[in-house]
Amino acid sequence: MTKQLVRAGKSQRVIPGFGLSMGITLFMLSVIILIPLASVLVYSFQLSPREFLELITKTNVVNAFKTSLLCSLFAAFVNSVFGLILAWVLVRYEFPGKRIMDGIIELPFALPTAVAGITLSKLYSDTGVMGGFLGLLGIKAAYTKVGLTIALIFIGIPFVVRSIQPVLETLDPRYEEAAAILGAGKFHTFRKVILPELGPALLTGFGLAFARGVGEYGSVIYISGNNARNQTQVVSYVIMQKLNYVDYPGATAIALVMLFLSFLVLLFVNMVQVHQAKRTSCL
Amino acid sequence: MKIKSKWILIGISGVFLFFMLVLPLISVITNSLKEGIGFYFQSLATPTVKSAFGVTVLAAVIAVAVNTIFGIAAAWLITRFSFKGKQILSAVIDIPFSISPVIAGLAFLMTFGRMGWAGGLLARLNEALGTNIQIVFAVPGVALATVFVTFPFVSREIIPVLLSVGKEEEEAAALMGADGFTIFRKITFPHIRWALLYGVILCTARALGEFGAVHALSKTRGETFTLPLEIDALYLSNSSESITSAFAVSSILVLMAVAVLIIRNIAEHQAKKNEENH
Amino acid sequence: MYIEMRNIEKSYGDFKASKEVNFGLEKGTLAALLGPSGSGKTTILRMIAGFETPDTGDIIIDEKRVNDLPAADRGIGFVFQNYALFRYMTVYENIAFGLEVKKIHKKLIKERVMELLSLTGLEGLDKRYPNQLSGGQRQRVAFARALAPSPGLLLLDEPFAAIDAKVRQELRSWLKEMIHKVGITSIFVTHDQDEAVEVADEIIVTNQGRIEQIANPFEIYKNPATPFVAEFIGQSARMEGYHKLKGFEKGDFTGAIIRPEFVEAFKSDNLKFQDVMRCSEEGIIEDISFRGNYLEVRLNVNGISLTTRRSLERRPVSVGEKMHVIVYRIYAYDDKKAYLLENSLLNGANIVTF
Repeated sequence: MTKQLVRAGKSQRVIPGFGLSMGITLFMLSVIILIPLASVLVYSFQLSPREFLELITKTNVVNAFKTSLLCSLFAAFVNSVFGLILAWVLVRYEFPGKRIMDGIIELPFALPTAVAGITLSKLYSDTGVMGGFLGLLGIKAAYTKVGLTIALIFIGIPFVVRSIQPVLETLDPRYEEAAAILGAGKFHTFRKVILPELGPALLTGFGLAFARGVGEYGSVIYISGNNARNQTQVVSYVIMQKLNYVDYPGATAIALVMLFLSFLVLLFVNMVQVHQAKRTSCL
Repeated sequence: MKIKSKWILIGISGVFLFFMLVLPLISVITNSLKEGIGFYFQSLATPTVKSAFGVTVLAAVIAVAVNTIFGIAAAWLITRFSFKGKQILSAVIDIPFSISPVIAGLAFLMTFGRMGWAGGLLARLNEALGTNIQIVFAVPGVALATVFVTFPFVSREIIPVLLSVGKEEEEAAALMGADGFTIFRKITFPHIRWALLYGVILCTARALGEFGAVHALSKTRGETFTLPLEIDALYLSNSSESITSAFAVSSILVLMAVAVLIIRNIAEHQAKKNEENH
Repeated sequence: MYIEMRNIEKSYGDFKASKEVNFGLEKGTLAALLGPSGSGKTTILRMIAGFETPDTGDIIIDEKRVNDLPAADRGIGFVFQNYALFRYMTVYENIAFGLEVKKIHKKLIKERVMELLSLTGLEGLDKRYPNQLSGGQRQRVAFARALAPSPGLLLLDEPFAAIDAKVRQELRSWLKEMIHKVGITSIFVTHDQDEAVEVADEIIVTNQGRIEQIANPFEIYKNPATPFVAEFIGQSARMEGYHKLKGFEKGDFTGAIIRPEFVEAFKSDNLKFQDVMRCSEEGIIEDISFRGNYLEVRLNVNGISLTTRRSLERRPVSVGEKMHVIVYRIYAYDDKKAYLLENSLLNGANIVTF
């Protein structure tokens, strides 16, 4: 405790480069991030509250928000389930091909979103392999919310796996052994012992996947069909559409709401992490 | 019982990954070869693709250069000094992770476009100097957008490494009178080289593949389009040949993505070995 | 005085890390900064090194005020707690680093490094990397590296903390010998009193940011100046109602501190103690614990709990047994000071105990 106090206090800086690194960091941060985002804010504040409300309550805008939020929520939920299984398999089991499996998880990070978008669109179209298969089951994927959600699952999966993996790695297997010795069944052990430990990481992964999904553009626009009537337009698409029509007030108003949403998600993730840090430090 | 559930879970994982990640990958390749190998190479050699390739590489090089400098400076600042507002600073660096790339594009439009305050400034500057520098709907805008979306990549890779290494070695060296450059070169750099490499690779991958932000800032095919925009244009022209061309161009980016994953695996492995040996 | 701290004050927000710190050390002294964690000992060391700046007061090294001098220009060698060896440099490169940044001629560097390698007994290890060394060897490298530029003052932050208990003993005497051989003025931080007592010429005891006492180990042990030092050093325990003990009825101090070696317990038929039997009083054994090479016996004397050590060679005793107890001396204290009180009945007659 005191040691931290000592470190945090004002001290002579022994290591050189404080001024230089501070200068570079602040300069670049301002030019690349802060000033452009501030411009969005400044511009949107020129709108009167009534104009602003009108712009964001238009039917297609509200529908786009509904679509983005609902599909992202569902995709994040699916990813939480499969992400948990994947992380578990990758941490707890040894099997041939494990390293490849571990590497391939990050494919959605590395693959350009547009490429993912056209491939998924093709794959799930009526003539595609998956589209044909789902068609036999009576499910239409391409140009519906189903396809949109599939694309969001694709891009969200690494967030959940990579959030859970490190926590699971440090989780002592003796916990489970202890629970098993006490006579707890497998499912019971998982629910009562492991899940609470993984909870915060799972929530973090869920939050990140959700945030990414809400803002996603490239991978969803091909498969979703962007049809206003079928409500398959996502928020990013609507912004882009407005930009193309040089409707800057409309685009900025929607962007402002989205910035606010992602701020909320970040806040949520941060709170979860602080809560987690507090809890583990008590142990 | 135990063995059974293990293989069930591995099976579920395998099937999920195959259908969600591997199948799309394969489908890119099969689609790209639909019209034969000759057509494949023909698709890659059109003037618009060549131009897009040039713009993409240029934007990626700029993004990597800028973000490497920024990443090292920010990581050094955050891990080696204590100062007020550090928490906020490190949260601001992460902003590009959490907002839609389309909004990034919009932000640059609002800043440097006709409506933006810096746009007017730029117009007057051009008038005064007799130049015609454009940012939005031009290559500089594409580069800026690319820098934005890849901004945190390098620093996010270096920061955890520098944190776990601690700052005592640098303190010791500074106490002996070494200057900042010597300290960085001889002491800090050997610790972070693999993380830096990985950060640069991630940054490159993301830069080559950025779509949303660039889409808002680039409108001229054959001049300011990047590869993903070119893919978009080909795919949307909706003839079966151009769709195949779109996949052919995509296959290059897929190869790159796979290469990134492999290098990542190696870099991670090396980094681990490195720290174990030192 | 080679190094002096004059009226140093240092606080971090509301936390006072140093209060009225004043001390000086002669050239060539090996001093220990001893105190519990959070007592301000590390802050003092870091201020001398130049990692922290005092709010007020002067730091004088070799008759120069160094407050405004950057760390690198103070002529200080520093051994870090975990040694902070450069992990990507060999032993040779580590030791040579401080000389290289001073742009000294390569040949001279080589001579100096070789000299230090042989001084510290690291010959033949010059091409190894730090992770290929044992804890003790690492300490030697850190020591050699700190000495390479020939500093006037050597500072060591918990130099034994990173070492296994087994080798620690050996390294303590090695370091002491080495520092005296080089003749460099040195200050090391420790929270371990055994370490301070064994290694240091002078001990500076710190508590809550203040300096409680500066003296040689024997003085610190024998004549603690403050209640804190009396209680911190040795296996000391506070004691309630000390004036109920035979021979300590006089005086009205706040309380008293006692150590096991101040207490003697014997059976009534022990001839050796016949002439002091009148000074003793009766106690009942409450607890006996085995400590390896002796027994620790806790007795209840007039409601006061006293602990003594008992050699294994002596007659076995058991819980509940009655014994005669003599207390030779205690440290009585008031608010600020500690006083040595001898048993008034013994009149200075000392008996060999244990």
